[in-house]
Amino acid sequence: LFFRHICVSSSLWKKNLAAAGPQKFTQEFIDKQVEEFEIGKRHLANMMGEDPETFTQEDIDRSIAYLFPSGLFEKRARPVMKHPEEIFPKQTAIQWDAEGRPFHFLFYTGQQSYYSLLHDVYEKILAMERHQDKMRNKGLLTSETKQILLTGSRWLLKEEIEEYLVENISDHDYMRLIQLMEKLLSMPYCSLEEEFILKFRKQLEVQSSKHEIPALQYDPQGVTFSVADGRRKTAKASITLRDSGSGNITINGRNYLHYFPLLQDREQLMFPLHFVGMLGRFDVEGSVEGSGHSAQAGALRLAISRALLSFVSEGDVEKMRQAGLLTADPRIKERKKPGQEGARKKFTWKKR
Amino acid sequence: MTREDKEKGLWRSIFPINFKTYNTYHSEGHTGQYYMLPPAHIQKLFPYGLPPRFQLQIKTFNEGCVMVRPPALELISYLKRADYSKPPLRYVLYGDIGTGKTMSLCHALHYCYTQGWLIVHIPDAHLWVKNCKELLPSSSRPSRFDQPIQASQWLKNFKITNERFLSKVQLDRYVWTKRESTEKGQPLGELIDQGVNRMKSSSDVVGAVLRELRLQAGGATEGEGAFKLAVAVDGVNALWGKTSLKKEDRTMCEPEELTLIHNLRKMMKNNWSGGAILTALSQTGSVFKPRSAYLPNELLGEEGFDSMEPFVPVSVSNYNEKEFESCYLYYLDRNWLQHPHSRSEEGKKELIFLCNKNPSILERLCAAL
Repeated sequence: LFFRHICVSSSLWKKNLAAAGPQKFTQEFIDKQVEEFEIGKRHLANMMGEDPETFTQEDIDRSIAYLFPSGLFEKRARPVMKHPEEIFPKQTAIQWDAEGRPFHFLFYTGQQSYYSLLHDVYEKILAMERHQDKMRNKGLLTSETKQILLTGSRWLLKEEIEEYLVENISDHDYMRLIQLMEKLLSMPYCSLEEEFILKFRKQLEVQSSKHEIPALQYDPQGVTFSVADGRRKTAKASITLRDSGSGNITINGRNYLHYFPLLQDREQLMFPLHFVGMLGRFDVEGSVEGSGHSAQAGALRLAISRALLSFVSEGDVEKMRQAGLLTADPRIKERKKPGQEGARKKFTWKKR
Repeated sequence: MTREDKEKGLWRSIFPINFKTYNTYHSEGHTGQYYMLPPAHIQKLFPYGLPPRFQLQIKTFNEGCVMVRPPALELISYLKRADYSKPPLRYVLYGDIGTGKTMSLCHALHYCYTQGWLIVHIPDAHLWVKNCKELLPSSSRPSRFDQPIQASQWLKNFKITNERFLSKVQLDRYVWTKRESTEKGQPLGELIDQGVNRMKSSSDVVGAVLRELRLQAGGATEGEGAFKLAVAVDGVNALWGKTSLKKEDRTMCEPEELTLIHNLRKMMKNNWSGGAILTALSQTGSVFKPRSAYLPNELLGEEGFDSMEPFVPVSVSNYNEKEFESCYLYYLDRNWLQHPHSRSEEGKKELIFLCNKNPSILERLCAAL
């Protein structure tokens, strides 16, 4: 037999992986993962010597961090054991039956859940109008109806809506949805649909309640004082703020004028006291170590603001938080990478 | 204020306006008030004596105003009550950086000037132990070094300050070179001219001048020839510290080996009479001293302390409430604090905090640019 060799490149043999789309998980696969997770949770509880029945997600995180200690900086790269719902992305099941007919009537719009949501909201608007007409006919139309409390919450973001609908929507679509919800809210009798609307609103936490206020202590002479710490880069500061009525500041046993000859550092110290308006009232006695003069000034500033929290009213605490006095500056020295001169600087680039 | 009042040296007080002539009338009641130095006096007495920033301030405000403070008042009261037939008392002004030692010294010196004393004022002894461009081996003694520029500069200033006394008669005969010598009985003015013109021997001339003044200050207490001698040295710790000058073989120079310093040290000893020695310590110009040192024994060192002992220490500190208030009002009055916020109570508190009532830091703060 005589045949010619036809050479075909190997790239044709490889499967076109990109065209297949994201990996699809079947429902059975997810169920199996959930089962394994539950069993694993019980094993883990057993290993840690705790009760398998009352083993919460926090306990799981704690145990995993203990059993697999990781020095990686990126928290998301560390070993994790969570419920499969949080790990595997939500995917829609097959939308059509064996004959290829779609289940949902809005399937051919392309974004069936989004449009069905809009449809539902509009249905509710129409229902409210009919209710309003009925009340008007009966003569029970009152303008003072119960309003839904919307302060302290915000609309869900576009990403959160996408997560809820398991579909991608555009910015325009998102805006339309929010406009429709606003229209629903503007009608009277919207309190009937309160539960539905609150599903799409997220509560904002009150930030200032998170700050720990150091306790006010009393001297033998009866002078109130408070103690607080602060950190910036590698500098650690610890101060005692006394309510004695003079404006002396002593740092590491020396006057602050001698310790910080630079005006900028003294301005940093002045900032929290000046903001609250209590410049000449307090006596500050502080100790600070580590890092350089600027970082030490920053650490002292944070410590002073924290100590001031116990002398200051609630509204002032919120103002200080918004001014940035209570936030610890997270910037530290960036790591030097191999193959580079420093953290960002590269070696001289040679064309050849 | 009328023109004649300005000439005489007037009060510029920010509290109820008060005019007094001459600072013989200064007393404790006047602390915190500003005293104006007459421009003629400033030109004569302080050609280079005042701190550089204060000179700038004089130029800006068109007048030189000095605040009356307790250290200066103390000094002046001692000067009034001292007995001038005995050896001179040594007063040492000491204190933290920027608290006003040089200014108090200048204030007391102005008092001496108005009383008709002869002023020997070394504005900054540190300038003589560092940054010297020409260091010549001495013509008279082999192991010493001369500094012609500094010496002639000082002689010129001395001439301007003490013009009245230049016709004094001198005692000894000095030989400068084979051809030049000053005979007995020549006036002081000629000796100084000799030093200014001949740079090579100017350091020795300085020594001669100081010696003459020492010998003559105590003598002739009555009659025309009487005068009291005020020796004012700022940065006196330079005399006993280290120098930053090097000899030709690259070894460090000791202060003993410099003619000017040697003569000054002789002046500091109290083996003469009829005057007073006012000194102030200074860390800012000092060589090889840590910034936190401000006490006399730290800055003078053992040797200096032993030589200066016994002395009257006068401590100078930061402004107290009243003085700070006065300084603040003075700046406001001169429209120096431009920002509207600085005129408020809040702004004042900020200023107090940022400078901790230190005079020089306050001045730098207000000057900004």
